[in-house]
Amino acid sequence: MMTLYIHRRSWLHRLPAGLKLLGLMAASIALYALSWPWVSVVFLMLVMLAYRSLGDHGWSRLWVIKPLIPMFILIFAVQTWSQSISAATLMLLRMLTLIWLANLVTLTTRMDAMMDAVMPALSPLRLVGVAPHRIAFTVALFVRFVPVLMAVLNSLLEAWKSRGGGRAVWRLAIPMLINAIRMSDHVSEALAARGGIHLPDTPNV
Amino acid sequence: MKDQALVQIALYAALVAALGLIPPVPFVTGIPITAQTLGVMLAGVMLGPWRGLLSMLLFVFVVALGAPLLSGGRGGLGVFVGPTAGFFIGFPVAALVTGWVAQLLKRQPLLLATGVGAFTGGILVLYLFGIAGFALVTGNDLLRSMQVMSVYLPGDCVKVVLTAIVAQAVHRGLPRAVATRQA
Repeated sequence: MMTLYIHRRSWLHRLPAGLKLLGLMAASIALYALSWPWVSVVFLMLVMLAYRSLGDHGWSRLWVIKPLIPMFILIFAVQTWSQSISAATLMLLRMLTLIWLANLVTLTTRMDAMMDAVMPALSPLRLVGVAPHRIAFTVALFVRFVPVLMAVLNSLLEAWKSRGGGRAVWRLAIPMLINAIRMSDHVSEALAARGGIHLPDTPNV
Repeated sequence: MKDQALVQIALYAALVAALGLIPPVPFVTGIPITAQTLGVMLAGVMLGPWRGLLSMLLFVFVVALGAPLLSGGRGGLGVFVGPTAGFFIGFPVAALVTGWVAQLLKRQPLLLATGVGAFTGGILVLYLFGIAGFALVTGNDLLRSMQVMSVYLPGDCVKVVLTAIVAQAVHRGLPRAVATRQA
């Protein structure tokens, strides 16, 4: 499935996921703790430079914030009116820096590397009957389900349009959900027939 | 936790993801509404509070890992530090409260129980998280944040009604599928 990770050979890609996550946390705290405006500007420049290190089209990745631009403008306007231009600018700088920095971690870290880094933190869930390998299975199942549900939705939409449906498209939510529930029942049965969710390195019969 | 429960949890997380991939529909007020929070409320109503919570936690987790499953194809860690971060982080609690309230009202007519549950969880609780997150990220005060976010209310109210209608329709066909209605 599509992920936001992009495959490049950069120093950021080579860093371990856990380190990047800790670095992100540390940088976020520093950004807010050190409240002088020039700190925010310096951070922003550093982050933008880091995008350049992704390769030739590194800076094009900065457009990740595109869907948020209308909201940024609104927030900036509201803040300028209720506080001051300098407060609004500082806020905007920090927000951009943080979003770009966090996104950078996502761009340079594979999903499975991220999951491996985070799994140890989830091991207490064993106590409620959710072992790490079961979490991994559920994640995989979730990811597998998404395109299937999309396909169901698209075929329902096609049939709807060919019957000249139009206005009340939301009605498709009903057959879609019933379809989805039936599908999940089949998957549960198939899973049970194969002996359930196996531990890794255990051969499936 | 039983295998079947995990499958259901994965399914409803996938449902929220699939709903997020539907392009936003321009609403009467001019603000485009996305279908995603419909899935959140449905997860609460259909799975019940705890499994609904786990399902949305799974969704949020996988988005954090780097999957572009939020409306508009957004995802990754960046969405958790943006102005709308509160809403996404609130998904699990919204599903929990939706399921809990719907379950509390299980003796009431289905439409009422699920509608009230969806409203409490999908609007009251979710907006609580969303507004708090917005205020934190942008440094605005709570009142201002509420004013900004209130534009999304009409669309979300429509979704509350939809949740109830869909739950009722599914219950007619597959009564066991609605956990908050089981005795």
